Amino acid sequence: MSFLNNVITGISLGSIYAIIALGYTMVYGIAKMLNFAHGDVIMVGGYVCFLAMGSAGLPPAAGVLLAVAVCTVLGIVIERLAYKPLRAAPSLAVLITAIGVSYFLQNSAQILWGADTKIFTPIVGTAGDSSLELIPGQLSISYVAILSVVCCVAVMVALTLFTSQTKLGKAMRACSEDKGAAQLMGIDVNATISMTFAIGSALAAIAGVLMCSAYPILSPTTGSLPGIRAFTAAVFGGIGSVPGALLGGILLGVIETFAKAYISTDLSDAVVFAVLIVVLLVRPAGLLGKYVPEKV
Amino acid sequence: MKKLNKNSLNWFINYGIVIAAFAVLQLLLGRKLLSNSLQSLLVPACCYIVMAVSLNLTVGILGELSLGHAGFMSLGAFSGIVASILLQDLIPMAPLRLAVSMAVGAAFGALGGVVVGVPVLRLQGDYLAIVTLAFGQIIKNIIMVLYVGADDKGLHIAASSDRFLLGEGGIAIIKGPMGAVGVQKLASFTAGFVLILITLLVVQNLVSSRSGRAVMALRDNRIAAESVGIPVTRYKLMAFVTSAALAGAAGALFGLNYSSTVASKFDFNTSILVLVFVVLGGLGSIRGSIIAAALLYVLPELLRSFNIAEYRMLIYAIVLILVMLATNNPVLQSFFARIFHRDEEKGVAQ
Repeated sequence: MSFLNNVITGISLGSIYAIIALGYTMVYGIAKMLNFAHGDVIMVGGYVCFLAMGSAGLPPAAGVLLAVAVCTVLGIVIERLAYKPLRAAPSLAVLITAIGVSYFLQNSAQILWGADTKIFTPIVGTAGDSSLELIPGQLSISYVAILSVVCCVAVMVALTLFTSQTKLGKAMRACSEDKGAAQLMGIDVNATISMTFAIGSALAAIAGVLMCSAYPILSPTTGSLPGIRAFTAAVFGGIGSVPGALLGGILLGVIETFAKAYISTDLSDAVVFAVLIVVLLVRPAGLLGKYVPEKV
Repeated sequence: MKKLNKNSLNWFINYGIVIAAFAVLQLLLGRKLLSNSLQSLLVPACCYIVMAVSLNLTVGILGELSLGHAGFMSLGAFSGIVASILLQDLIPMAPLRLAVSMAVGAAFGALGGVVVGVPVLRLQGDYLAIVTLAFGQIIKNIIMVLYVGADDKGLHIAASSDRFLLGEGGIAIIKGPMGAVGVQKLASFTAGFVLILITLLVVQNLVSSRSGRAVMALRDNRIAAESVGIPVTRYKLMAFVTSAALAGAAGALFGLNYSSTVASKFDFNTSILVLVFVVLGGLGSIRGSIIAAALLYVLPELLRSFNIAEYRMLIYAIVLILVMLATNNPVLQSFFARIFHRDEEKGVAQ
């Protein structure tokens, strides 16, 4: 039974990683940049929801919506102020700027909301009734886990439909393929990139709320480690690929949970990263990534 | 010929800057003009200068982004600490023991560089960056669960506290998550200064050698370099391992500057900090790395003494973003290019 429990925990954790990884992968696909500030947007989403539910006394659904709205705006503002002027700059300059934005968000959060950790109230379930008992006393699924998986599936379906069916989605794919050609076809490349950041940040807000519900501790550095892990998940599945982010996220969550349960809690990170390295050595573009040979 | 002279002149200016800075600081130390907090920054600042110069070798000269440089520092720090404690009776002279410990740190750093470099340097671009990040995390994670101790039977290494049994009179050197404790502080500012000089000697000579030109050719155009017969893996590995060895030596000095050290000190953020020094100092510019590392390491600590202590990291972040925006602004770039160009024209006229 503990095996099944671990599978369930792994999949629900992996769903959260997958939602974060989607943000990384979309931004990478279109802007070719590693957005290290993504993890901190997760943290902002968590804080906004926490404050909306705690201080303002809003219902959980309103808190989530508010978090999504704030993070979307935040994503657009960050892109406009910090990344847009660097469109033509070398990628290392953009990377350092993203790190600067990450420091900025962490330290602003520390000044605004204090450095102490806050205890987050899960958005579903109560302290007495937090999980669904499948086999009493042996197998149970927490409501947060169910919600995470449902959210992840919904987000995946919505994104797949969006990128394949709508005009904006097609514009996004065109930009990630070839920006110059897309511009010649009349696509507003800058607006498309802004939109990608907006979607990625909205997803980060959802992931932030889910993550804080599953692991109810909130501090200004909450987002950085899950951010790095989700980034690993995106690379794992093949960065730039939407199904890859899902696969990478779920696999990473399961591997991490199993490593914690059967090898060692302290070594779980090492196991996760070792698997990543092995995968990259065998498939240099990730599991579902497209390998583009260099033309001479 | 003219280019070569200009290069060696540049190298000598770098040595000059370091020696002059050391002389001035020694003078200030002698007259007791430096506050205690500033004095405590001298050795770590030396370590970070070496870290920045060595990372510049990987990022600026070899052209591969590494996000796990602190991992090599960590390897060097803990192996250096273990060496210094094991050699306590064998080599009673502190400076010599420090030098041997730093050499051990450099050896372990180099070993780590080979282990990481052989598989990793096959990858390119951002994938290489993420794998170096992963290796940094793995090294940190493993040291966090490592127990190392010594007794009369020799060295004991274990991966958990219950398997970690020492004989009578044994000493525990690394205690898992608590890190290395009871370290004798051997590091001195002079040692840091010597390490910087050695680093400059190694890196500058490498860059101006035949091998260095091969490495830079790989950076500028890998395919073209390969087509004229430059072995890619050998030269990439050479630059990478040299960089890792120097980071290991810097780590050993850093570890021996404190009575206790934990592995989480050398995490992703430390790697990023050093990368920021390198990028702000200018990719490929060794002098830039030295100056940026010294200033940027000391600056946040100086801000600590003002009333704005709470805001110091926020200010740091904003400055970082603004500098990146300004240095990549096309208008400003063309402005500086014009000034630079005018200077060159004058030089020709003279």
